[in-house]
Amino acid sequence: MGGLEDFGPVELEADEPVFHTDWERRAAGLKMAVWFGGHTSGRSRYCTERMDPGWYLVSPYYEHWVTATATELVEAGLITRQELADRLGSAFAVSRPDRAPRLTDPGPSSDRHRYAVGDEVRVRDFHTLGHTRAPRYVRGKRGTVVRLDGVFSLPDVHVHCDRRRDEPTYSVRFEASELWGAAGDPVHVDLWESYLEDAGE
Amino acid sequence: MSEDHHHRLPTTPVEARVEVLEALLIEKGILDAGTVDGLVEYYEHQVGPMNGAKVVARAWIDPDYCARLLADGTAAIAELGFGGVEGEHMVVLENTPQVHNVVVCTLCSCYPWPVLGLPPNWYKSPPYRSRMVREPRVVLAEMGCAVGDDVEIRVWDSSAEVRYLVLPMRPEAGEAVSETALADLVTRDSMIGVARL
Repeated sequence: MGGLEDFGPVELEADEPVFHTDWERRAAGLKMAVWFGGHTSGRSRYCTERMDPGWYLVSPYYEHWVTATATELVEAGLITRQELADRLGSAFAVSRPDRAPRLTDPGPSSDRHRYAVGDEVRVRDFHTLGHTRAPRYVRGKRGTVVRLDGVFSLPDVHVHCDRRRDEPTYSVRFEASELWGAAGDPVHVDLWESYLEDAGE
Repeated sequence: MSEDHHHRLPTTPVEARVEVLEALLIEKGILDAGTVDGLVEYYEHQVGPMNGAKVVARAWIDPDYCARLLADGTAAIAELGFGGVEGEHMVVLENTPQVHNVVVCTLCSCYPWPVLGLPPNWYKSPPYRSRMVREPRVVLAEMGCAVGDDVEIRVWDSSAEVRYLVLPMRPEAGEAVSETALADLVTRDSMIGVARL
């Protein structure tokens, strides 16, 4: 969502409770129980991202959790939409279908950072049907590596593949002029190595 | 509209959907009601910004701890007994007279649960997620956090596995103040970077 306009002011709530209603409490607990119980496959965020956009933007946060959990479990074959509908008395809304192809080859893993602090890099300008953690507002943009982080499973692969691909991660600093074409304050984004390429000239 | 489209938008209250999903998962043996209760109790009452405040207060009074915290946030936070899910890879960002740090997750809602608990609604809202990277100075001012023109604002988008905690500057509170009293001064918002103390 970074850089989108016209969402208006941030609405603060004084003394906000952790949960506002009992359904939020149950939704949070059930999502975490399913997650911590090992019944999910790391696809929760991708399931959230496939909610109908109009619904996603206007629904409360914990409704995203309920929907993603139901979607993930349906897609994993642990429950069916029919079972949900039978109990609900009408269709149980889930996220839109996964349109991305399944990957058979996760590609090569690496545990050695290719870039060093201070290196100039560019985020590859790619547009996937599937899941990614490369925010749209930094794709194609030049930045500077400011921190080397750990080696982690690349979500773009493990969401769509039975195997995983581990890669080094980085924190990369982007100047406001590069991102927005005007002076301002810098933004640092955490990125997997295969999102990056040499900055070139 | 196609039948499929109707299935992709809710026609029932979310309360009913939560109830149905929970009941089905319990019936299938995927979920245990007691586990849900325990998790809710933990995240509603046992964990929250009071944890992060202890970390900050310790860093203020103990320069060696502060150095360890900035060098390896996860390990230093674990010294105080805090860690776990959504806090496995912690980086602590130090505010100075020249630099003000602020944290956002533009993709979703990444947040350091072991030290701050579950995030407030505004942190997960489209206005915060869309605007904090684009116009941080304006958003901070709107939120009551004025940052001087001579101070660089550094925005950190937690888009991978690292979770961030901001170490706010210690307010003027006299030298004789206890660690506990200092912790009481630390707010959740100051550790996200949307407030100064």
